[in-house]
Amino acid sequence: MHILESIENEQKKSDVPSFKVGDSVRVHTKVVEGDKERVQIFTGIVIGRKGAGINENFTVRRISYGEGVERVFPIHSPRIAKIEVEKQGTARRAKLNYLRDRKGKQAMAVREAK
Amino acid sequence: MSIGIIGKKVGMTRIYDAAGKLTPVTVIAAQNNVLVQRKTVETDGYNAIQVAFDTQKKQRLTKAELGHLAKAGCEPKKELREFRPKNGEADGDVNLSVTQFEVGQYVDVSGRSKGKGFMGVMRKHNFDGQGAAHGSKTHRRNGAIGCRSTPGRIWKNQGMPGHMGDRECTTQNLVVMQVRESDGAILISGAIPGAKGCYVEVRPAVKKLQSVRSTFGIKAVDPADKKQVNPAKKNKK
Repeated sequence: MHILESIENEQKKSDVPSFKVGDSVRVHTKVVEGDKERVQIFTGIVIGRKGAGINENFTVRRISYGEGVERVFPIHSPRIAKIEVEKQGTARRAKLNYLRDRKGKQAMAVREAK
Repeated sequence: MSIGIIGKKVGMTRIYDAAGKLTPVTVIAAQNNVLVQRKTVETDGYNAIQVAFDTQKKQRLTKAELGHLAKAGCEPKKELREFRPKNGEADGDVNLSVTQFEVGQYVDVSGRSKGKGFMGVMRKHNFDGQGAAHGSKTHRRNGAIGCRSTPGRIWKNQGMPGHMGDRECTTQNLVVMQVRESDGAILISGAIPGAKGCYVEVRPAVKKLQSVRSTFGIKAVDPADKKQVNPAKKNKK
């Protein structure tokens, strides 16, 4: 089994910051347009983390022009340039799917970490 | 030119390429393949090379098998297989390590598939079965299997229930994604037959030209490619 592990470990990034469900993050993604590459930032609340090792993903939710938008990112993807933690939050559950049913100001309200 | 290799299926994982594209891969460990015998038309009626793989305890082999391996100066081995390279390809020194394959090369992988036991026709032959409702009393049966007095028999290859899996089968045209010389392992895109730990044979693909693709996945877009002229319209002006 150690071959599988070493293949996966090779691909893991070492510079992933520790962030938890409930944190507000800025995800810098590399976008290819034509033959140019630029960095696009997706800001929002982490509402879940899933998987382990190289297969770990996280979901970021934000309200964009009044519409809820969620994006799922693989943590170790080379297309993610950087993950910044803007604000630390406390969550009492592993998945913040209840935010999907909320409207207005409440939709992005997560208790801040002390 | 690659000939073939015997390996052990380690398992599956995913790898990223340079462009960030994720590909599912099967890892095959294939260290220490040993050339045991060269078969020729004169002595055996056909050309082939016999390759041995995976160490075995001495007492687990018959004397005949041990003698055959000893003739090649080879340790006791578990698995013996033959590869039939094209004329002249296996002359002289033969590279039987994973480095015979190049990244991007198409390969066929043979192995013994997982046994599924006695399976009905819906699972085994992808039959449709019958309706679930509206008073239908048959659901997963094969239905009619033939005509009447013409032809008066069942056509060959009529799908019937029966044992499925646990047979030698080949998955064709997979792509070599990575060759890891230090681990003696080769990474191949997609799934291959068999359970983890079973022996598989990796050979160059028979149905693809053996021109090697330089990169797999996202290619750098060459603007010259887009302007390719349709040969039929070329002469019109």
